Amino acid sequence: MKILVCICPVPDTTTKVAFSDNNTHFNTQGVTFIINPYDEWYSLVRALELKEAGVATAVHLVTVGKADAEPVIRKALALGGDEAIRIDTDSNDTYAVAAQIAEYAKTDGYDLVLCGKESIDYNNGTVGAMVAELLDMNYLGFAAKIDIAGGTATVTREIEGGEETDACSLPLVISCQKGVAEARIPNMRGIMAARTKPLKVVAPAAVDTVSTIVGYELPPAKTGVKMISADNMDELVNLLHTEAKVI
Amino acid sequence: MSVLVLVEHSQGVFKKKSLEAVQYAAHVAKELGTSVTAVAVGNVDNAAMQGLGAYGANKVLHTTESRLENFNSRAYTKVMLAAAQKESAKVIVGLHDTVGKAVSPRLAARLKAGMVAGAVGYPDLSKGFVVKKNVFSGKAFAFVNVTSDVKVITLMPNTFQVVKGEGSATVENLDIAFDDKDFSIQVKEVSKASGSVPLSEAELVVSGGRGLKGPENWHVLEGLAKELGAALACSRPVADSHWRPHHEHVGQTGGTIRPNLYIAVGISGAIQHLAGVNGSKTIVVINKDAEAPFFSAANYGVLGDALEVIPKLTEAVKRFKANH
Ligand SMILES: Cc1cc2nc3c(=O)[nH]c(=O)nc-3n(C[C@H](O)[C@H](O)[C@H](O)COP(=O)(O)OP(=O)(O)OC[C@H]3O[C@@H](n4cnc5c(N)ncnc54)[C@H](O)[C@@H]3O)c2cc1C
Ligand SMILES: Nc1ncnc2c1ncn2[C@@H]1O[C@H](COP(=O)(O)O)[C@@H](O)[C@H]1O
Repeated sequence: MKILVCICPVPDTTTKVAFSDNNTHFNTQGVTFIINPYDEWYSLVRALELKEAGVATAVHLVTVGKADAEPVIRKALALGGDEAIRIDTDSNDTYAVAAQIAEYAKTDGYDLVLCGKESIDYNNGTVGAMVAELLDMNYLGFAAKIDIAGGTATVTREIEGGEETDACSLPLVISCQKGVAEARIPNMRGIMAARTKPLKVVAPAAVDTVSTIVGYELPPAKTGVKMISADNMDELVNLLHTEAKVI
Repeated sequence: MSVLVLVEHSQGVFKKKSLEAVQYAAHVAKELGTSVTAVAVGNVDNAAMQGLGAYGANKVLHTTESRLENFNSRAYTKVMLAAAQKESAKVIVGLHDTVGKAVSPRLAARLKAGMVAGAVGYPDLSKGFVVKKNVFSGKAFAFVNVTSDVKVITLMPNTFQVVKGEGSATVENLDIAFDDKDFSIQVKEVSKASGSVPLSEAELVVSGGRGLKGPENWHVLEGLAKELGAALACSRPVADSHWRPHHEHVGQTGGTIRPNLYIAVGISGAIQHLAGVNGSKTIVVINKDAEAPFFSAANYGVLGDALEVIPKLTEAVKRFKANH
């Protein structure tokens, strides 16, 4: 069983977001890129566990990104995985990203595609379901537990207002969140090994772009906190009612 | 041409966030000079569907099929595709929840439609079809121009006002020829928390951090939440330490929420935490450290020990409720 893990580079969570060119571009100056936490902590680690348990025969990582994504890909390889594929294009259009991943996946018959529940930069949460549709596969979103045996995945996942456990035969696309695995820290051996693991660069497929980001905006700053004495909670409740009008 | 909207219900009652979506669709339809068709699935009666007219739906397409009772993205996508074809849909609206995040992208991929996931604004048609959405987990917004003929949008819940008007929608059956492949996911077990409002839809949220010291103190927050009718949330270390269940974790790597009121108790206000909650309309911070960064993101602040302040606040809410 071959697993494809989608790895998305994102700005470090401590990044103070700023924009340039009249608020039309995300300013990456001084920004450190990391592996999207959902990909690093959950989907990648679960894929590695499945390989270590002898359930998976190969774990490949795929990133849609330009050469500047390579340090992040190497970091992912340091955690594990047999090889990485970088599809040499960059896009903010979620359809275009998903279509690139799907086109690549078609060339190498994967039984399981794992991605994160959402990227912490563009917060779409769309790539997994799109890839599933483009590959005509089932999709299980928001997994918190994944087991695989005899070509069938058993997945516990978040649904509206609760949790559900499903069984589904492979091939399958799953998006992962907390619970799927415990985050790992790469060790020296992994870091050394990552240097020599294959990182294949493939040319992008011809796919259309159907949306573009035309501008950004920062949320309005809070105008200042009103401090209320701990002994006067009636005043707080009153303000929430008359001023904030939220209760 | 029409604007299509997938509506969700819980035991036959349409959810507030779906009414938001219908109202949103009506706004878009008016600008485009067209009508709104809602798509409802499963056991819901005619009167409820006709009632969507009061929020702007002109028509409701209804699909009943017992196997749709458990949500499944492939089968729901088939329903929406059939509806989109029948109505020549130009814009397809859904919710940015576990249903919408699975169906809408599938639909978008199939139709090769540009998608805005997690919209917080109406489309601006003066510059194309530009929709504002959350990015960087609430640290910023992006304006996305959708250039395809068909557009797919999912909405952040608790973002758009719902105003009930007049009117009644017509209801039509939408018959779909499903095949077994559409239901190849076997549902083994479903557990739903009954009664409580899901965090993502809650208008009032009481949230606790490490400052509460341990799970044994949570009853204090629960008391306040109960009095307010609020949902509970927590910071990441609280969920990581298993003081609270994971689904209550909010922030950059947890849920993103936009309640009307967010009361943060014993939470320092790290940038990753703020990211998930700073869309809240009003923020109250209760912390014993005057230097806690959360105070600068708050509307109201109370300096003090949580375990002393919260019971006082709970009592004050009780008094308030007795008088209103
Ligand atoms: C990649 C990454 C992703 C992350 N994602 C998230 C995320 O999604 N969500 C999230 O929450 N965090 C996230 N974090 C962690 C974040 O950086 C903070 O560590 C975390 O939010 C701190 O939680 P806290 O405020 O509960 O605890 P602390 O930072 O320990 O703060 C406790 C607060 O309680 C106050 N306090 C103590 N005792 C009392 C008392 N008796 N009464 C009142 N106040 C008291 C203290 O003054 C302090 O301000 C992430 C971190 C990283 C690196
Ligand atoms: N550029 C990318 N390259 C590879 N995988 C990606 C990329 N963007 C998103 N993904 C995957 O899709 C998931 C959801 O991302 P998104 O739909 O963009 O929120 C991420 O957690 C990744 O697993």
